[in-house]
Amino acid sequence: MAKVLVWVEHDNMSVKDATLAAITAATQLGEAHLLVAGAGCAGVAEAAAKIAGVSKVHLAEDAVYANALPENVAPLITSLMCDFDAFVAPATSTGKNIAPRVAALLDVMQVSDILSVEGPKTFTRPIYAGNVIATVESSDAKLVITVRGTAFSKAEVTGGVAVIDMVASAHDTGLSSFVGSEIAKSERPELTSAKVIVSGGRALKDPETFQATIFPLADKLGAAIGASRAAVDAGYVPNDYQVGQTGKIVAPEVYIAVGISGAIQHLAGMKDSKTIIAINKDEEAPIFQVADIGLVADLFSAIPALTDKI
Amino acid sequence: MKALVCVKRVIDYNVKPRVKSDGTGVDLANVKMSINPFDEIAVEEAVRLKEKGVVSEIVAISVGPAKAQETLRTALAMGADRAILVQVNDNVDVEPLAVAKIVKAITDEEQPGLIVTGKQAIDDDSNQVGQMVAALLGCPQGTFANEVTVEGEFVVVKREIDGGIETVKLKLPAVITADLRLNEPRYASLPNIMKAKSKPLATKTPDHYGVDIATRLKMIKVGEPPARAAGIKVADVDALASALKELGVA
Ligand SMILES: Cc1cc2nc3c(=O)[nH]c(=O)nc-3n(C[C@H](O)[C@H](O)[C@H](O)COP(=O)(O)OP(=O)(O)OC[C@H]3O[C@@H](n4cnc5c(N)ncnc54)[C@H](O)[C@@H]3O)c2cc1C
Ligand SMILES: Nc1ncnc2c1ncn2[C@@H]1O[C@H](COP(=O)(O)O)[C@@H](O)[C@H]1O
Repeated sequence: MAKVLVWVEHDNMSVKDATLAAITAATQLGEAHLLVAGAGCAGVAEAAAKIAGVSKVHLAEDAVYANALPENVAPLITSLMCDFDAFVAPATSTGKNIAPRVAALLDVMQVSDILSVEGPKTFTRPIYAGNVIATVESSDAKLVITVRGTAFSKAEVTGGVAVIDMVASAHDTGLSSFVGSEIAKSERPELTSAKVIVSGGRALKDPETFQATIFPLADKLGAAIGASRAAVDAGYVPNDYQVGQTGKIVAPEVYIAVGISGAIQHLAGMKDSKTIIAINKDEEAPIFQVADIGLVADLFSAIPALTDKI
Repeated sequence: MKALVCVKRVIDYNVKPRVKSDGTGVDLANVKMSINPFDEIAVEEAVRLKEKGVVSEIVAISVGPAKAQETLRTALAMGADRAILVQVNDNVDVEPLAVAKIVKAITDEEQPGLIVTGKQAIDDDSNQVGQMVAALLGCPQGTFANEVTVEGEFVVVKREIDGGIETVKLKLPAVITADLRLNEPRYASLPNIMKAKSKPLATKTPDHYGVDIATRLKMIKVGEPPARAAGIKVADVDALASALKELGVA
């Protein structure tokens, strides 16, 4: 059976949801081992060992891995890969940063953003902003794969009894250093795992109007907040709210698009949502072509009224 | 310091691609082609660094068919100084790993301090080349760049990540991959478009760089994603509120 090494994305406290989908993909390929790298992340390794279907957890604890700098993490992974047939990472900003570096070091052509496992080396993946689905087969000796989180179910976080193996190596290339980060803290659910998302577009005018219009509705629905690129570019909300081809890929139970036209790059990020609701004053807006429920209305009267009624 | 910028000729971002009826690929005949939008941003960043006096020369490179000359001329019109086309036959797809090997070979010759690529090509959506180039060169990578500042022997890069923004400091030479908000690319002026026609454009082949472009991923087939069933329009806010209640979310 193939042995698969999965990159665990974490914040030193818990395993990020996207990893759970990557683990499901990995178990479809073979025996799943996890790699937890970081500083002060032994607790994450313990949580990872309880995930169902996991055979072993490899824990690499060192200050050089603290911020998942690809310059240091990629050599760590390649040094482990002599014992594995495949490396799998979630298609998050961290996974996308690290996996291609690993692939090139292994002289492997990466399979990005897979949607399904069709065979030992055959996968489907979206191209052209998800307007086309390609089925590809790798001819490389080893596989390097990133996994689209919305395309696989999440592995159960309990039931596993994996052993934890310490990896004693510190690859410090000295090429890069972490300076800092601006991570917005929010009480709202995370965009990529929320059941309901309310997204706003360019029509929301400015940051104040976006907040005054979208936030109350999201709060009533317990929803996460998303945005189109136009709304982010105009500074209504931070970059991590962007949904789309180059933003986040989401597939909630209900996606509510408010004042968003429905450009293909936006649809690429949300058209796998279970139910899509669109509110737009232009009945010709392309968003209505994918919406299950559409309301042609001026959002500035419709959204406050809707927020009142629910 | 020299800068190398990678540009790819791709289907224009406004065009909806159509799958060929035999499922072997996407029909690109008579389709509008343009410079990959992220690469336009990459070129703009290099030009701005040159305007600031940080970069002395910009070399634009593209791996693609003869027509990719047009893409390179776009980069030259925006302000690149010269261009290298690594030409392949029409309809030959060169995978990110092979592109990265070619870029590595050109880097060995040109010795740039910065290599700027787009974050992803909007046709294959791979998001790999920049990271792979950095790996092959053994140099650091500032991916998904939102802001780039060169400080002596280092470049400080603000990166767009899932949770917000992260800042890293990288030793030069380094690879940068451009995200959407790095800058707003300029329109090339008519005089600059004319001037670009006489800027040097060298044509090479992958063989010249000793790179094998045989594909590693075999394309078994392409198809369209499942279409969504037609939806309904509701008459007013009341109807929408009831629909939300029926869905169990309100
Ligand atoms: C390489 C590339 C990548 C991209 N990636 C992404 C991405 O990841 N995500 C993304 O979203 N976009 C992306 N885009 C941008 C995309 O092409 C569109 O420009 C963008 O999605 C438009 O945002 P919007 O719908 O908010 O704005 P617009 O297209 O301007 O639409 C605004 C809508 O609001 C409606 N409206 C206006 N006033 C009201 C009102 N009072 N009440 C109700 N409705 C109203 C209008 O009818 C219109 O439909 C990308 C583009 C490129 C080139
Ligand atoms: N054929 C090519 N020629 C030149 N640059 C390329 C080519 N393919 C990809 N790139 C560069 O690499 C970036 C990422 O591409 P990709 O990894 O294919 O998504 C693009 O934005 C380009 O800057």
